[in-house]
Amino acid sequence: MKYDAKTFRLTDSGKFATVALSIGAIGVAISIYGWTSHADQFFRSWLVAFGFWATISIGALFYTLIHHVTGSVKSTNMRRISEALGNGFPLLFILFLPVLFGLHSLYHWSHADVVAVDNILKWKAPYLNATFFTIRSIIYFTIWSVLGYLLYRYSTKHDEGGDPKWLNKSSKISAIGTLLFAITVTFASFDWFMSLSPHWYSTIYGVYVFGGSFLSFLTFITLFMQWMVSRGAMTNFITIDQFHDMGRWIFGFVVFWAYIGGAQYFLIWYGNLPEETIWYLTRWENGWKDVSIIMMFFHFVIPFGILAFYYSKRNTIIRTSLAALLFVMHYVDIYWLVMPSIGHGEHAAHFSPAWMDLTTFLGVSGLVLGVFFLRFTSAALAPLKDKNLTVYE
Amino acid sequence: MNKTLGLLAEFENPATLMNAAEKFREAGYKTFDCHSPFPIHGMDEAMGLKRSPIGYIVGAMAVTGAALGIGIQYYASVVAYPHIISGKPFFSWQAYVIITFALFILLGAFAAVIGMLKINGLPRFYHPVFYSDNFKKFSDDGFFVSVESDDPAFDIDKTKAFMDSVGGKNIEVLEGE
Repeated sequence: MKYDAKTFRLTDSGKFATVALSIGAIGVAISIYGWTSHADQFFRSWLVAFGFWATISIGALFYTLIHHVTGSVKSTNMRRISEALGNGFPLLFILFLPVLFGLHSLYHWSHADVVAVDNILKWKAPYLNATFFTIRSIIYFTIWSVLGYLLYRYSTKHDEGGDPKWLNKSSKISAIGTLLFAITVTFASFDWFMSLSPHWYSTIYGVYVFGGSFLSFLTFITLFMQWMVSRGAMTNFITIDQFHDMGRWIFGFVVFWAYIGGAQYFLIWYGNLPEETIWYLTRWENGWKDVSIIMMFFHFVIPFGILAFYYSKRNTIIRTSLAALLFVMHYVDIYWLVMPSIGHGEHAAHFSPAWMDLTTFLGVSGLVLGVFFLRFTSAALAPLKDKNLTVYE
Repeated sequence: MNKTLGLLAEFENPATLMNAAEKFREAGYKTFDCHSPFPIHGMDEAMGLKRSPIGYIVGAMAVTGAALGIGIQYYASVVAYPHIISGKPFFSWQAYVIITFALFILLGAFAAVIGMLKINGLPRFYHPVFYSDNFKKFSDDGFFVSVESDDPAFDIDKTKAFMDSVGGKNIEVLEGE
């Protein structure tokens, strides 16, 4: 890893981009080979892999938005990472296309014959139909792409001369952006994940997906910075204090995620209405019980218990391991949201990991990270003209 | 009859105050304090202040609160009044979470406030430094070090000389009832 501390640049970023894009291309190629024989499995695995990186990118976008809206100081050192990842939505739209092609394989409500004999789905049909679904998704991606692109562009423009007008523009767009963000993320999570069980509904679902998104992005930053710092890059502006801040933030959002997940579960548990409890029942049967229990402990109880201590946030090994654990658990979270909802009655989905889960994951990850590294061939790793950037001599 | 309660010395700027804080720490003073109009970065290290134990106090009390919350509800709905409510088992942890969480927060918050006051030695309605008129500058442009007479290393003459040697100006003996 070659790092120029004067210009804050990763001079061999292109090499990492090439490696990541190659892995991504291989992963996608093998997955497409899998699609020819097991189309259903391909679409499921793809939706999970796509959902994983889409939600992390959504978290990245939120990080930049909230930074500008609140005029934050301490998040400045990590801002370029969020801007670079949050500018990847055009690629994610391309990666979303297989979901549109697999609509009939994934979404129960997309079958006209099913809707015709189902009163609930008939009533929901004006919203849940293939055309409107596609239009909505295009709207989400347009909004996120524009926000991500503008925030990235204003920031890199600011790098050139340090003219504060670019930061003012970012603040303005972020004020509108947070509102649009909240609406689009809520409906995107309804469309892509919640509508897999079209009878079931939960109004807090969007917040739950958002909580997981932002948490997983925080773990992404932590892991990325740790990788950079351990190889001598970013060391002039990322120190133990920045890592400590990320540890605090991860701790906070572990609680937030569990709070929202708990709020959803407890209300449904109390109400005990069959059409609502079915969603949790499908996650307690056919091998999903173990996954649900793993979620409770490894996505909340264990990280919460350990990160509560000052020492764990400042210790590199503990903090990095927990960030890695939570990063993996976010994949499990999306998997847990998607997989049990596919299939009904005697066709209920059993917990059975497939090899395509791995190849689609590698494919999507490689492409997203490849584009992420390509950003750093032209941009610095930090907003170097920002007066709030803390540089250590 | 007035007693000697401590000594007060003024310093010119944050740098000399920080330097003095290090000297006092090295000389073994325990109940000395630095007063400045704004927080000075690095002062905690210079004074040799350790990390506050408040986190552990809050943690212990919060866990006690959670245990209390679970315990009360377990006793009420399993031991004392085992009624079947809406077909749920006697021990339904889901129903206990909210009150458990509430008591976790409540005792944690009480511990944080009361523990903070206790560790800071508050509430305290007077302090020897308030006997000094010159001390009024602390909220404007004055930088002070005070040493209280209950410090084991306190000796009125030696401490006075020490304050002078580290650059203290306007050294005052704090006297009061």
